[in-house]
Amino acid sequence: MLRQMRPTLVYAVLGILFMFVAPQVLQLFTIINLTTAIALAILALSLALIWGYGGILCFGQVAFFGLGAYVYTISAINFGGSTWAILLAILITAAFAAALGYFIFFGRVSDVYLGVITLTVTLIFFSLIRRTSGPEYKIGNALLGGFNGVSSPPINLPWDTRTFLFPEQVFYVAMAALILCYVFVGWLVNTKFGRVCVSIRENELRAELLGYDIRLYKLGIFTIGAGIAAIGGVMFCNGVGRITPDVFNLYNAALTIIWVIVGGRGTLIGPIGATFALFYLTSALGGQTVLNNNLVLGVILIIFVLLVPKGVAPTVVDWFGARRRKKPGRVRRRRRGNRTEGAQ
Amino acid sequence: MDLVVAVLFQLTYVIANLALISLGLAIIFGMMRVINLAHGEFLMLGGYTVVVATNLGVNIWVSMLILAPLVVGIIGVIVERVLIRWLYGRMVDTLLATWGLSLLLVGIVTSIFGASTATTVSPPLGAVRIGDYSASGYELFLIVITAILLFAVWLTLRFTKLGLLARGTMQNAEMASSLGVSTSRIYMITFGLGAAVSGLAGGLLAPMTGVLPTIGATYIAKAFITVISGGAAILAGTTAGSVLLGGINGIFSFIAGSTFGEIALLLAAIVLLRLMPRGITGRFFRKSL
Repeated sequence: MLRQMRPTLVYAVLGILFMFVAPQVLQLFTIINLTTAIALAILALSLALIWGYGGILCFGQVAFFGLGAYVYTISAINFGGSTWAILLAILITAAFAAALGYFIFFGRVSDVYLGVITLTVTLIFFSLIRRTSGPEYKIGNALLGGFNGVSSPPINLPWDTRTFLFPEQVFYVAMAALILCYVFVGWLVNTKFGRVCVSIRENELRAELLGYDIRLYKLGIFTIGAGIAAIGGVMFCNGVGRITPDVFNLYNAALTIIWVIVGGRGTLIGPIGATFALFYLTSALGGQTVLNNNLVLGVILIIFVLLVPKGVAPTVVDWFGARRRKKPGRVRRRRRGNRTEGAQ
Repeated sequence: MDLVVAVLFQLTYVIANLALISLGLAIIFGMMRVINLAHGEFLMLGGYTVVVATNLGVNIWVSMLILAPLVVGIIGVIVERVLIRWLYGRMVDTLLATWGLSLLLVGIVTSIFGASTATTVSPPLGAVRIGDYSASGYELFLIVITAILLFAVWLTLRFTKLGLLARGTMQNAEMASSLGVSTSRIYMITFGLGAAVSGLAGGLLAPMTGVLPTIGATYIAKAFITVISGGAAILAGTTAGSVLLGGINGIFSFIAGSTFGEIALLLAAIVLLRLMPRGITGRFFRKSL
């Protein structure tokens, strides 16, 4: 187990180094921007888990991300503190995913339908929350605010509702959350549960004939993925300071899929890296008006589906693997098995 | 009595609207097992065709009923030749590629026409009176034209040579091709026709909704739910799905407002899929078109 997790831990240590060095060398504006990117990276990680390892084609991972953000914001406003709000955000989102997943997996809906259903749920959230402008739509003390969204209260220290964190400190929390989630997912895919999920991804019928209840395993990994997406959502609304229905729109749903495709299905660090790369690419594109963001992302998606279907990280690993094998006189390592199975 | 008629009219309109926006998607899905995520953008392109053509002085009926399906149909054929045909049999990749196409089309239209509403056209028909109530004449026109469209698709599938070849290809593509049918051409024509029907629907709806580059997103959720709940049979599926979901949506909208109507529609669809994972026509009316 430890040997398989070695790459994961190496990346985690690099992440910790980055966490402590970045605020010393970067400006506050960059740090606040980075917090948003980190939150999105957690979202990418959750989809990398359920799609890359669970084989569940979820087009609506942003629904859980946005739901987590909304639950956090509304309950933090009502409770006057963030500790329980964070826990509630994760729990309610996971419960919602479990209920939705029950209908999907126990109905044995095929993967293509699953993508469309989850996307539809996301779009319905989008159109519903957009309509909630007006004083009659409120939960406790929190107005839903329709198109304009709700401003999110900042995180405070656990059970200390008077000490709020500054943006720079929120960066530490977000980075720590990303690293913890990454190590957790890296561990999860190497447990027995994770390996069964991978085997279901490879061949559902065979896994079922071996006696595994594939519906339950899929539901499990789907629910865990939704919980992680909710953590990303909590960090996101803290980084931005506001949550609007726009998180649920088609563009963001597509973006999540693109991160995982570009980074590579079956890896964890690939989608995280792709998130940061595309986040800065789209920010840079936002500064000019010649090329539209939608246009660029559409082209990227089509090119990757047609030409680089495995994504960047596995392609690079394969390339290096092929080079290493060609070198004569070198003893091949005895590690066997599919490279994409271990965490990277 | 007048109230009942008015409510029934509204209900029929909701159902017809659902059938209209789903039919193009259902044709492509039923024939080719391709879920076209760019469906909403085909509707959007139909809308833009009508707005641009009308502003250039073309008669609105000509631009809605002839130009919109023609332009979007041609775009559909190009898309099939360039993108879709490399991906037959790989459903997930087709989904992703058509999603990329959807973003690309939104991007292109935004670059050309800008992100805000282009000049709109107004519905060309006035109000119709039902006793004490008045209803939109254009909505009545849409109901009639949806019925005609469904009937035309049925006639094409049932009685023309093209329909026969298409149904044969749908049932068993290998057998059809060994009997000398060019399945690749059938797929191209089917995709083009599906796109043309979407374009027609988008063009017809443009006077009601206006046009925006991102307007496709408001249609596709409903269209997908209808087609998936309906199942693979094109006409029976679309009709059954629209009647059931449109009926539920209409009734709940009437009782509790349109927000609850949409929630009820979604919940009904999810419960329906738990009971019938292959859609309504996966269980009932299996032999139908």
